[in-house]
Amino acid sequence: MSQKTAETPESTTEPLAVPDPLDEAAIGAAVANALAAIAEAVTLDGLKAARLAHTGEKSPLSLANRKIGGLAKEFKAAAGKIMGASRGRVAKALAARTGVLEAEDAARILVEETVDVTAAPRRRRAGARHPLSTLQDRVCDIFVGMGWEIAEGPELESEWFNFDALNFAPDHPAREMQDTFFVEPPEAHLLLRTHTSPVQVRALLERELPVYVLCPGKVFRTDELDATHTPVFHQFEGLAIDKDLSMADLVGTLEHFTRQMFGAEAKVRIRPNFFPFTEPSAELDIWHPGAKGGPRWIEWGGCGMVNPNVLRAAGIDPDEYSGFAFGMGIERALMFRNEVADMHDMIEGDVRFSEHFGMEI
Amino acid sequence: MRIPLTWLREYAQVPAGATAEDVMTDLVKVGFEEEAVHRPSDDISGPIVVGVVLSKEPEAQSNGKTINWCTVRVVPEGTAQILDIEGIDPSGVQGIVCGAHNFEVGDKVVVTLPGSVLPGDFRITPRKTYGHVSAGMIASVRELGIGEDHDGILVLSTLGLDPEVGSDALALLGLDDEAAEINVTPDRGYVFSIRGAAREYAHATDSVFTDPAARVEVTAATGPGQGIRLADEAPIYGKNGCDRFVARTVSGINAAAPTPTWMSSRLRLAGIRSLSLPVDISNYVMLELGQPLHFYDADKVAGEIVVRRAAAGETLKTLDGKVRKLHAEDLLITDDSGAIGVAGVMGGASTEVNSETVNVLIEAAHFEEVSIARSRRRHKLPSEASKRFERGVDPAVAGIAAQRAVNLLVELAGGTEDTTATDVGTPAVAGPVFLPLGFTSARIGIEFSQEQIIGSLRDLGAVVEKVDGGYSVTAPSWRFDLVTKEDLTEEVIRLVGYELIPSTLPTAPPGRGYSRVQQQRRRAVQALADSGLTEVLAYPFVSKASNETFGVATAGETRAAVKLANPLNEELGFLRTSILPGLIDIAKRNHSRGFHDLALYESGLVFLPSDTLGTGSIPPLGAKPSDDILDALDGGIPYQPLTMAAVFTGKDSPAAPGHAPRAWDWADAVDAARLVADVTGVELVVEQGSHQAFHPGRAAQLSLRSGEVVGYAGELHPKLLAELRMPARSVAMEINAEKVFEAAADVIVAKPISTFPLATQDVALVVPADIPAQTVLETLREGAGELLEDVALFDEYQGKGIPDGRKSLAFGLRFRAMDRTLTADEASAARASAVELAAERCGATQR
Repeated sequence: MSQKTAETPESTTEPLAVPDPLDEAAIGAAVANALAAIAEAVTLDGLKAARLAHTGEKSPLSLANRKIGGLAKEFKAAAGKIMGASRGRVAKALAARTGVLEAEDAARILVEETVDVTAAPRRRRAGARHPLSTLQDRVCDIFVGMGWEIAEGPELESEWFNFDALNFAPDHPAREMQDTFFVEPPEAHLLLRTHTSPVQVRALLERELPVYVLCPGKVFRTDELDATHTPVFHQFEGLAIDKDLSMADLVGTLEHFTRQMFGAEAKVRIRPNFFPFTEPSAELDIWHPGAKGGPRWIEWGGCGMVNPNVLRAAGIDPDEYSGFAFGMGIERALMFRNEVADMHDMIEGDVRFSEHFGMEI
Repeated sequence: MRIPLTWLREYAQVPAGATAEDVMTDLVKVGFEEEAVHRPSDDISGPIVVGVVLSKEPEAQSNGKTINWCTVRVVPEGTAQILDIEGIDPSGVQGIVCGAHNFEVGDKVVVTLPGSVLPGDFRITPRKTYGHVSAGMIASVRELGIGEDHDGILVLSTLGLDPEVGSDALALLGLDDEAAEINVTPDRGYVFSIRGAAREYAHATDSVFTDPAARVEVTAATGPGQGIRLADEAPIYGKNGCDRFVARTVSGINAAAPTPTWMSSRLRLAGIRSLSLPVDISNYVMLELGQPLHFYDADKVAGEIVVRRAAAGETLKTLDGKVRKLHAEDLLITDDSGAIGVAGVMGGASTEVNSETVNVLIEAAHFEEVSIARSRRRHKLPSEASKRFERGVDPAVAGIAAQRAVNLLVELAGGTEDTTATDVGTPAVAGPVFLPLGFTSARIGIEFSQEQIIGSLRDLGAVVEKVDGGYSVTAPSWRFDLVTKEDLTEEVIRLVGYELIPSTLPTAPPGRGYSRVQQQRRRAVQALADSGLTEVLAYPFVSKASNETFGVATAGETRAAVKLANPLNEELGFLRTSILPGLIDIAKRNHSRGFHDLALYESGLVFLPSDTLGTGSIPPLGAKPSDDILDALDGGIPYQPLTMAAVFTGKDSPAAPGHAPRAWDWADAVDAARLVADVTGVELVVEQGSHQAFHPGRAAQLSLRSGEVVGYAGELHPKLLAELRMPARSVAMEINAEKVFEAAADVIVAKPISTFPLATQDVALVVPADIPAQTVLETLREGAGELLEDVALFDEYQGKGIPDGRKSLAFGLRFRAMDRTLTADEASAARASAVELAAERCGATQR
């Protein structure tokens, strides 16, 4: 649009005869002309041209209106009434048409601005947690929700905390069965912890009784990596030491946890086993309602009533306090809960593995 | 432990139709996990029968071989063949081509008839060969899967067998038996025997157990036998290496007599190869009663046998022909000639029983667990005997086992029992254990009846007496693991049934939730993922070179690192002092799989040893060590700070319409490190740094306000990237998150907010190019005084209009007062004093 275009009607049209403001027919004709021009305008530019032609200073209606001043006093009122009404009709029509054309224009612009949302680029890179760490957090949340606390300790441990404090006698076959990584020199009695149980002893030494702690973390065994074994894996162990705790409390705790983890239909089953640090000891199976191929029992870990020698190692009187402990593997849970078929996927760091899980588990 | 079912049935009531799987299902209930099923009939099936060779015609072949064309009768004489299978002759006589020559007409052999299947899915059908139709096979022991010998076919008389023609050879050879293999926990050594397994099966099924030991009648000794002296002068943990030694003699045996098939088949199912009758008998008795035996050729033993520790420099040639250097802690069996065996581990070659042996000396001894375990480990000689001694053998069964061996040698090898006997030593007898009333119920959460408690313990073989306030329980001789009231409690619930334990949920006292550090760590780990990085978990095993490249800032400095004594891979024999080597390996693996745009991070421990590594000794179990000792234990454990690291390669995002990806650069690495600090409210000081793993001009040293350096970030050194075959321009950061978290304020104090108008002023300063922008910014901040609300660098320029060696830095300064509207003059004055300090400190001039 340009100024020039806007002025076109005035410059190219023959000057119209100025009607008499009291000549209702003439004024009516001018109004009709104006209304027709307004109605015909299909763009805001065209409407502007019509406005200038019919309401501009040199338009018949404006010129007629200007004549009122020269009329005799007694005619002024009548002329003013005619002109006011006429010019009002034109102004109203202009406003209405402007509204219509502006709305049309706005709608057109929005249509023109349409994008293909399916081609939206991902500007923010989607990061991911490792599912083992997400699952570990999930387990911790459940126990913290029960009022338990999370205890942690070093991965490179003193042999005493890893074995002796847990009632593994020197030379006992159970000690050898742990397939331990020792560090040089062997006489320094340092090792990579084979379970998170040393943290239990540390918790008993450091905390006030009663103690209800969960000890998650990385543990180490000299197993070669294959589809179901890895030399570095993750465990969480629970320990509750209080007055008068029984094996029924152990079962109840495991049952509550299992239901939080695997749904209301989940169940636990324990059967006899041996661990130096618990007596009685048990193997834990869980009934996994969502297992691939249908609900079934799955071996998940070990548990039992804490051996009095473990309590003694932490200076606790086993006649006054008792408690239970349990331990499960997080890799194993990831295998049966999330159907990870091969241990390699968990340790190789292929980004597809973590990114598939994203922030959830 | 593998349990042949026919053997188990002798001592326990196993239902007729029960399979190995059924037996394992029952044993799981009392604590023995299922391992495997061993069932020969899964691999071999009939018709496999006893045949008698009627004729044997050698026929020379064009290939130089001579084969035998035989006729073999496979039904009893005078009866008809009832099998209706293609290739089985109705006459009951089969024509068979046989390549072996070790048999004669009249020999009884094993015939695998058409329709039978041998191990390896070898299906027998009639086939044309050497001009005959051979309808079946005369089998060797190897073809039957019962031995290694393939030099000839199995002639049944060599096994001492003369069965009826046509009878089932599978049953004859014990191939219709099967074994259940269970995992025996270290506390239950007695279950490494049929005796123990049958007892446990009876517990599991609440059925009757017959003790095989009770079936043996021990001959009353008519006088002392072989001289034995127990002379352990250096007991381990104060326990005598040998506290009972029974010696018996059998004379005039035929050592070459065949082992009966019932015995060899059970041994085979139990996983033990049949070697010779005397060896088989000693193994058989061990499997049955749990007592390892050793047989000596009595004529090769010289003088008195003395059980003692080894002397310095002593050696022994063991049964396997190897000469072993003995250790002063090894417990030895010796005679006048010196060592003739490492007790409980392996016998010596000089007194070995062989096919010419006539007189046998039987050793049934009780050796101490630790002594045997150490010798076995030292000499790397795991054996069936050492496995049992290490876990403990019933000291009361030695005499019975020796008698059982005597009986079998008499019965099967034609020997004569020597009624003299030696039985020396006094095994320690454990005293009774007091089980207080109510203890078992309280510990388990079930109200046990007195009958349940006494009944369960008596079932185990314990002697139970009701005494004041509880029970006095004397464990049976094979249950030396039962020494505390907790041990007895486990036995009661094990026999009553774990499945009866109810479920109650204890209430923990009010908890404190996650600790501060746990919250900080979770926030940082999550923030890195939220900002687009992918978490991975690498093994902490690295090479020495990796630690010395990434673990220390200055090249050539050695990194104190922890070395593994028994790494899986010698190359990666050290514990990481930096997370980056693991991350780089993972980045490379992803590259090889076609992923080039990466942002990886790991949060984990690194291992930074100090001068003190470990402790020279550790305290005993079952007691709290003194505080000094606990401090020493902790003092010997290397510092293992929680560390976070990230590696970036390639671009930050995939290209898309309207989106141009950006290559990751050094600033992304710095940003990731800052994020770890930001989410915990800690300010990280970023300065130009120097670290051998990083680009010398693009490395940021990260430190705390205190001045402590906590990490590095930036572009990795181009040369190192080339060596590692990593993409050029890869960037990385590593930060000691533990130190960062420690620096976090406990409480953040609010800052008052002024609502007076802001006055902004910009300034462009020309400074020497080597002055860090941060230094100039800090100087302006200091110089501007307290009216300065904030200052930020918004442009940096070098080039036309700026002298060489200098750069222009443009800063925006924001001024505001707490209590009034600043005048333009006040703001200008503050700006001027800022510029003045910058001029003075940094050589800045206004542009």
